[in-house]
Amino acid sequence: MNVKLHLNKKYVVVITGLIIIGVMTSEKRGYFSPGYGATTDTGKWPKSFGFGSTASPQDIVKLDIDVRPDGKGLPAGAGDAAQGKAIYVVKCAACHGATGLETPGIKLMGPALVSDTAAASKPKTIGNYWPYATTLFDYMRRTMPYTQPGSLTDNEVYSLTAFLLSANKIIRPETVLNAQNLWQIEMPAKKLFIVDDRKGGPEVK
Amino acid sequence: MEQSENNSAGKIIEKKISRRTLLGGAMAAAILPVTSSFAKYIQVGVPAIDDPTKKLGIPPGKLGKRSPFESPVRKASDISSRSPLQDFYSTITPSDLHFERHHAGIPNIAPDKYELLIHGMVERPMKFSLNDLKRFPSLTRTCFLECAGNFRTGKEAMTPQDILGLTSQSEWTGVMLSTLLREVGVNPKATWFLAEGGDASVMTRSIPLKKGIDDAFIAYGQNGEAIRPEQGYPARLLLPGWEGNTNVKWLRRIEISDQPYFTREETSKYTYPVKGKIRMFSFEMDARSIITFPSYPQKVERGWIEIRGIAWTGRGKIVQVDISTDAGKTWNAARLQEPVLDKAHTYFRYLWQWNGDETEILSRAVDETGYVQPTISQLVAARGNDLGGYHMNPVTSWQIKRDGSVLFKPENYK
Ligand code: HEC
Repeated sequence: MNVKLHLNKKYVVVITGLIIIGVMTSEKRGYFSPGYGATTDTGKWPKSFGFGSTASPQDIVKLDIDVRPDGKGLPAGAGDAAQGKAIYVVKCAACHGATGLETPGIKLMGPALVSDTAAASKPKTIGNYWPYATTLFDYMRRTMPYTQPGSLTDNEVYSLTAFLLSANKIIRPETVLNAQNLWQIEMPAKKLFIVDDRKGGPEVK
Repeated sequence: MEQSENNSAGKIIEKKISRRTLLGGAMAAAILPVTSSFAKYIQVGVPAIDDPTKKLGIPPGKLGKRSPFESPVRKASDISSRSPLQDFYSTITPSDLHFERHHAGIPNIAPDKYELLIHGMVERPMKFSLNDLKRFPSLTRTCFLECAGNFRTGKEAMTPQDILGLTSQSEWTGVMLSTLLREVGVNPKATWFLAEGGDASVMTRSIPLKKGIDDAFIAYGQNGEAIRPEQGYPARLLLPGWEGNTNVKWLRRIEISDQPYFTREETSKYTYPVKGKIRMFSFEMDARSIITFPSYPQKVERGWIEIRGIAWTGRGKIVQVDISTDAGKTWNAARLQEPVLDKAHTYFRYLWQWNGDETEILSRAVDETGYVQPTISQLVAARGNDLGGYHMNPVTSWQIKRDGSVLFKPENYK
């Protein structure tokens, strides 16, 4: 392990000591491994402590509102950009602007939602920065409008998603979005995303 | 406020009388020996300092409070508040001064209504009341929390609180997530989990299951008492060393999955440009440090100065903090306050004799992986010019002026 560290000697010596400590603690901390707890004074951990209760399907449905990029979690319902625009004007424009575009000189309470090109332009919006359309559906349904979170119906969320994707020139204005097609939309920014490759060590990333 | 009654000579006399009355006249009225230098002050008309040994103090009470002479406060905006790092002598942040960052305000959650649901790729989906959580084998661990967007620069008149106040440290108590995962029985194919908060933003983050098994825990205690509402009362997720946002507060649901969800907080937010690409799932907080004394707006005097500050890393322990007192030309190791804890703020001290010349003082943290806190130009070189505001951990520097004033050195990088 030390060989990988391109460091001067002073650091390596210190680090060797710490790695040994680190290994010892993580072994002691292997709570999840079946052996954990075998050394407590009351003997082995039971297979189950019996605390907590089984969650019923109804318990889960009540809270399980997330939508995944593969479409899992998208509810029944549908909507298009025209319906979305009508809802937007009433429920969103006050904070996100009449068009969702950033207007120079005007400070709104919410961020811009529309950008006029799909290139890496500013500001960062759904059109040039969001990798998945499902994220938009999921986010608006869980927390917008800001002051009335969780108040939108599923049809309204489909409509608003259609409106914002159409305003960002990602779908055609006449597209009706539903659980079958929303997750299949290819977002322009998706190809830009890379997973973190920092991993400590001497290299600055 | 600070015993202003002493400013009026009349009140002083009044007090002396009452004290004399109380002590049954045993004590002679303030007849001070005129030979002492203190008495000379009195003679020139400066009121006597109230002597606490001559006055019965305040009786014990239900709730303690700070000395009236101390008033550390957070600095709040609409969405966050910053810890007064310059006011701390050591590394536990008093709970009422812990930084805050929330996306839709602080919810009011009654402990008897609280429930944590764990479901998804499990054998048995389960719900746990707060009381259930507290019955499991527990642990206590000290670790820092830091917002991924913790770095401000731009002007000389900035305090440590302004620059890096979105980090704090507590001693947290709770139950290991792995202990709960044993109860629900995780499908061996699972690789991620979703953590969801019960506030108005119903905030969600996807977390690799490995972290959930390694050292994630659900905290209900903070510095020995129930966790504060702004820190996630009654229970929050704690992922030692990982960006603050992933430590979901007011935790209400965990869904075990075999893929991430790409939530808004891990795509639109908490991602940043790296040479034309966008880096996501940037979890660990890299090593950094800041000198909290001397700092703006303090003034120093020529002679001995103990430079003090904190260093931390999300990747383990701090092994060294280097200090430069000559604007980065030479570096020397500071003393680290033991015990140095894993993924925790580490207090450092460095004794310096200032000769009165203008200079700059800097600190640079080194962690156990061999990572050395970079300069801003190293970060620009690694990530490109369009840096964004997340995971910025450059070495920062304080300018010491000839008159002893201390100013932040803002470095433009945009
Ligand atoms: C009262 C003001 C307000 C209203 C009304 C409002 N929003 Fe928002 N919106 C905000 C704020 C503030 C944020 C940023 C929240 C945060 O960062 O945590 C936001 C964020 C968003 C985002 C995420 C933007 C991004 O770049 O990450 C979307 C999408 C959004 N709102 C859509 C809507 C829609 C659709 C409506 C109408 C149904 C709406 N909002 C109504 C204030 C508002």
